[in-house]
Amino acid sequence: MGNTQSRNDLLLLAGIAGFTLLAPWLLAPIGAAYPDLLQKFCIFGIFAIGFNILFGLTGYLSFGHAVFIGVGSYVSVWCFKLLTMNIIPAVALSVLMAGLFAAAIGYVSLRRSGIYFSILTLAFAQMSYNLAYSVLTPITNGETGLQVRAIRTNAELSLRDGDVRVIDQALGIQEVGVPITNLFGMKMSGYPGFYFCAVLLIICFYLAQRLTRSNFGVMLKAIKSNQNRLNYTGIHTRPYLIAAFVISGMYAGLAGSLMAVTDPIAGAERMQWTASGEVVLMTILGGVGTLVGPVLGAGLIKFAEQKVSSWNEGILNSFFSFLPESLQHFVVDVVSLFVGEGWHLTLGLMFMVIVIFLPGGLMEGFRRIMARFQKKPDETVAPDGAQQAAE
Amino acid sequence: MLATAEKTADDESREFQRGTPNSVLHIDDVHKSFSGLHALSDVDLEVLEGETHAIIGPNGAGKSTLLNVCVGRLKPDRGAVVFDGEVLTGKQPHEINQLGVARVFQTPEVFPDLTVLENIMVPALSKRDGHFRVNPFKDFEREASLRDEAVATAESVGLQAQLTAQASSMSRGDKRRLELAMGLIQHPRLLLLDEPTAGMARHDTNATIDLLKKIKEGGMTKVIIEHDMHVVFSLADRISVLAGGRIIAQGTPDEVKNDPKVKEAYLGEEQV
Repeated sequence: MGNTQSRNDLLLLAGIAGFTLLAPWLLAPIGAAYPDLLQKFCIFGIFAIGFNILFGLTGYLSFGHAVFIGVGSYVSVWCFKLLTMNIIPAVALSVLMAGLFAAAIGYVSLRRSGIYFSILTLAFAQMSYNLAYSVLTPITNGETGLQVRAIRTNAELSLRDGDVRVIDQALGIQEVGVPITNLFGMKMSGYPGFYFCAVLLIICFYLAQRLTRSNFGVMLKAIKSNQNRLNYTGIHTRPYLIAAFVISGMYAGLAGSLMAVTDPIAGAERMQWTASGEVVLMTILGGVGTLVGPVLGAGLIKFAEQKVSSWNEGILNSFFSFLPESLQHFVVDVVSLFVGEGWHLTLGLMFMVIVIFLPGGLMEGFRRIMARFQKKPDETVAPDGAQQAAE
Repeated sequence: MLATAEKTADDESREFQRGTPNSVLHIDDVHKSFSGLHALSDVDLEVLEGETHAIIGPNGAGKSTLLNVCVGRLKPDRGAVVFDGEVLTGKQPHEINQLGVARVFQTPEVFPDLTVLENIMVPALSKRDGHFRVNPFKDFEREASLRDEAVATAESVGLQAQLTAQASSMSRGDKRRLELAMGLIQHPRLLLLDEPTAGMARHDTNATIDLLKKIKEGGMTKVIIEHDMHVVFSLADRISVLAGGRIIAQGTPDEVKNDPKVKEAYLGEEQV
């Protein structure tokens, strides 16, 4: 049993790795093979995988995970401003800081469960969002957002007018024009940025896979299944929950950091409740508690956001040009409500359909299809079996 | 006043009588009330090493409350529970379990989303690794020795054919057996069983009696709360009778059987 699962896990990991690394070619036919969108697939995939460690395994629904995205982004941009444009310190410190924030928020929020936990996390997120626009403006730069600038020429200038980048200066790295994030000299925009995110997505997926299959993962599933019973089994559930919350927060911090790596700017809008809600949608859409589901959900929502929101009446008219003119106008009028700025309507409908007909998300849909294919041979065997029994 | 801020847990331990040298569980002057209703009053009870001690009493006598006080679910208003020389009062349920006290609930409490094997392995992991350990690279599937032990325990309660079944799909009787296996795999020094045969058919009840007798041979101390007199008199070495939150009789099954107070308060006209 263990060997079969190990083999299946390895195949799954290989499949995810193959698909991710070949995405620029595989997604070209549907027009999704440009670096900006591919980076988003990976970043939100990481965010959703991490969120699923908390929500999928323990059943604790956080409505405030976007805080850690914000923390990751701000810490990264500050690293770019103060230390170096090399992304390694920024990514490492972002993950660390997100973990510390998650430990503090988790310690308080996890004193409650169910809806009270969800509300507490939402309250923390909204508090952080508002703080970023008010008293924390010196750190977040308020509505303008935090961004990198050229190294200041005069030490008297404030950090708003120029960056420091002590490591880059000590190493004598010369900057020309707008500073760009790099990995030991390799620019992190475009496809190199995507491949960096892709490699981290694969590593994150592998870690989540190991964690799910570990003793720790089984304890988290037991918490979801019957937390009260687990207490009487000798397990202190609170440290397990805090650990899951911190790990999940670190994944979100990494995602936030990668947003800054691929586009070195950080704004408070990344911490808004809608961003926290989006990852819930991604996870439920793909399949809560599954390994692949959240990645799939993240990909689908980001694809819909980019493509469906860019469609307009002109595109729809050419698409439905095969229809008679009067019918074409009618269809375009109706469909145009669901595209462009109305793409959220499509997302809402998609979400409702999935939750009503496939409560286990897209992964449940795939399982049902697979089960149908697997049942067919049994059905053909059944009459023979019956005959044998009769004989 | 049981505890004051200045007193340490050790000081508290010394305050209570720890019973006779071979006592495993000593319940000392426990009192518990809910909004003025006295659920337990001045309860003193001693459970000796290796014995099977039954607690019987009519509905509402306070049997389950007493068990809840023992496992840390409820804190007594007065008195203390001492297990193996250590005061359990004030400890969390997981701490009490880690000390060697396992409980089988009245309503089957299992992990419905996990398989039978996983249900049995979780308490085994808790016994081995303690109340908290994070190691994401320790694969659950590769816990071969624990798995073998879990399979053997499942066999001992007759669940060997359902190892990969999800617990939610099991019958109530099977869930009870699963819960028993979850307790047994921890090899507790004290096993508290709250009506372990409730809802079972006579055949399953007898099988459970045989199993619990077998465990008795292994020397595990047990406290059983049970309504079924057939089970009580088949298993108990000593019986305590609880009525109106007070212990009204204690002794061997024969002594209890012939106690007029027991007949009056609990058994009534029923033949023992």
